Amino acid sequence: MEFIVLLKQVPDLAEELEIDGSGRDLARDWLSYVTSEWDEYALEEALQLRDLAGGTVTCLALDTGSVDELLATSLARGADRVIKVGAFERPPDSHASAHAFAAALREVRHDLVLVGVQAIDDLDGQLGPLLAAELGLPHVSVVTHIAIGADGSTVTANQEYAGGVVAEFEVDLPAVLGVQTSREAPRYAPVSRVRQLMKTATIETLEAPADGVGGLVVESLAVPVASGHAEMIDGDAGAVASRIAEILAERGLVRTGAAS
Amino acid sequence: MSNDVFVLVEHRDGLVTEGTFEILGRARDLASQAGGQAVALLLSDAVGSLADQLGGTSILAVEDPVFAEFSPSAYHAALVPIVTERAPLLLLAPNSGVGMDVAGGLSGSVGLPLAAFATSITIDGGAPVVSCQLYAGKIEARVRFRDGRGICTVVAGAYPASAGRVAGSPAVEHVTPPPPDQRVRFRRLVRPEAGDVDITREGVLVSVGRGIGEQENIELVEALAAALGGVVSSSRPVADAGWLPRTRQVGKSGLRVKPKLYLALGISGAPEHLEGMRDAELIVAVNTDPRAPIFGVAHYGAVADILDVVPALTKRLG
Repeated sequence: MEFIVLLKQVPDLAEELEIDGSGRDLARDWLSYVTSEWDEYALEEALQLRDLAGGTVTCLALDTGSVDELLATSLARGADRVIKVGAFERPPDSHASAHAFAAALREVRHDLVLVGVQAIDDLDGQLGPLLAAELGLPHVSVVTHIAIGADGSTVTANQEYAGGVVAEFEVDLPAVLGVQTSREAPRYAPVSRVRQLMKTATIETLEAPADGVGGLVVESLAVPVASGHAEMIDGDAGAVASRIAEILAERGLVRTGAAS
Repeated sequence: MSNDVFVLVEHRDGLVTEGTFEILGRARDLASQAGGQAVALLLSDAVGSLADQLGGTSILAVEDPVFAEFSPSAYHAALVPIVTERAPLLLLAPNSGVGMDVAGGLSGSVGLPLAAFATSITIDGGAPVVSCQLYAGKIEARVRFRDGRGICTVVAGAYPASAGRVAGSPAVEHVTPPPPDQRVRFRRLVRPEAGDVDITREGVLVSVGRGIGEQENIELVEALAAALGGVVSSSRPVADAGWLPRTRQVGKSGLRVKPKLYLALGISGAPEHLEGMRDAELIVAVNTDPRAPIFGVAHYGAVADILDVVPALTKRLG
């Protein structure tokens, strides 16, 4: 079975995000990027499914100039094949990404395409359903618990709803699934192995159009002003604990006999 | 082409979801400002009782046994011709699995732009303006649609559901569905097994997130919860790791809680988590990141390591 995983990088939220001079984009010069969290789950799930059902895992990433390490890391984790797609000066939106990946997938065999269910910068929608619409494939978002059917022509997957309720679907292949989480935490790739693969691995390339458009006009970006903000408690851990205990006692939230 | 505002009706177990009412209320306001009407898109095997729940609303109904339950492919095939022919000003869908499937699929197939993670939608100069939360709530984007028409997936809690519940009788127009696309087939609903505790009924929740670091540290928060007479709950990553049962998970795909006290420990406060706990009476948050969005909803906050604060607090309460 041919498993495809589509990967992208997003700004690292551990660092402060700033808005550029135009007011319509992030100040990207000093941003550091990480692999989108849900894409990591998609890759882990693909590797697990391949190990159960046999086949190959091929990872695709749009070439935004800095995806070699991402693809080498995918190989270090166990992917069989990696492909850089197109050429982009800046990270494309979801519609443009779907258009480029669709072009690539017309050249690459695929039975099950796994994508992260969402990314933190999905302003114009999620990649999965956009790609599926362009390729005319069935699609399910927010899935967990993917299993390959007995004859290899279908998968079952659970779509999550609020309150822990899930719907189990049977899906004809080929199909696109938006992965919410993997059955196990994404595996670790040793840094030394990634470094070695950056030098020796074959990263294939595929051309793809860069002209897809999402049709959104961004007027402005802003750091949201919270309607309120917590009253902050200063001091070391002991001082913080004392003040919290006081607040709880004032509100009668401490059991009788405790906290004086 | 019209100035109508379409609303995707999400329903399960014979009930219209809360998220649907939230956007339906907003759709009425927007439609009246734009000179159109709010139109609910209802796909079901039995339209009647669901339509009644929508009160005095205009409904475009597609009735067929294939719509007994949601299926992304079946909904997509039925809705593409409706949205193409009727060309509404806006189509609103909840930011749920169902909404993501439908909205993304329609945007891809019909060519309407899509604004995701919408928190606010207004009409300005006859055209929609949408605010969207990006980067886990750290950035807000204000967008318009290229041709003034588009689709939004709206985050839960953006608008009150009460505005969507109106009295009256629905006006139902039936639409004949095209041949069904059954490449995605509903099998069954799986409900969570009853947990040892029901966190929606607890007055005190000591909730932990990624900041707990390791499974071994869960016992620290168990001890604090015991000292407070409450129970331990969690954000998604802790449940995903299997460190606490899924029945303890607060948030979009977990449970919505409203305790007297919500201690948010090592929880950054992604929008999906805030959705489940922002109505708690008292929220106290401890996190190492001073910019964590949780401090935007908490009443009291401290920038500190929970592994230091939790044992100290337990001791003071003992």
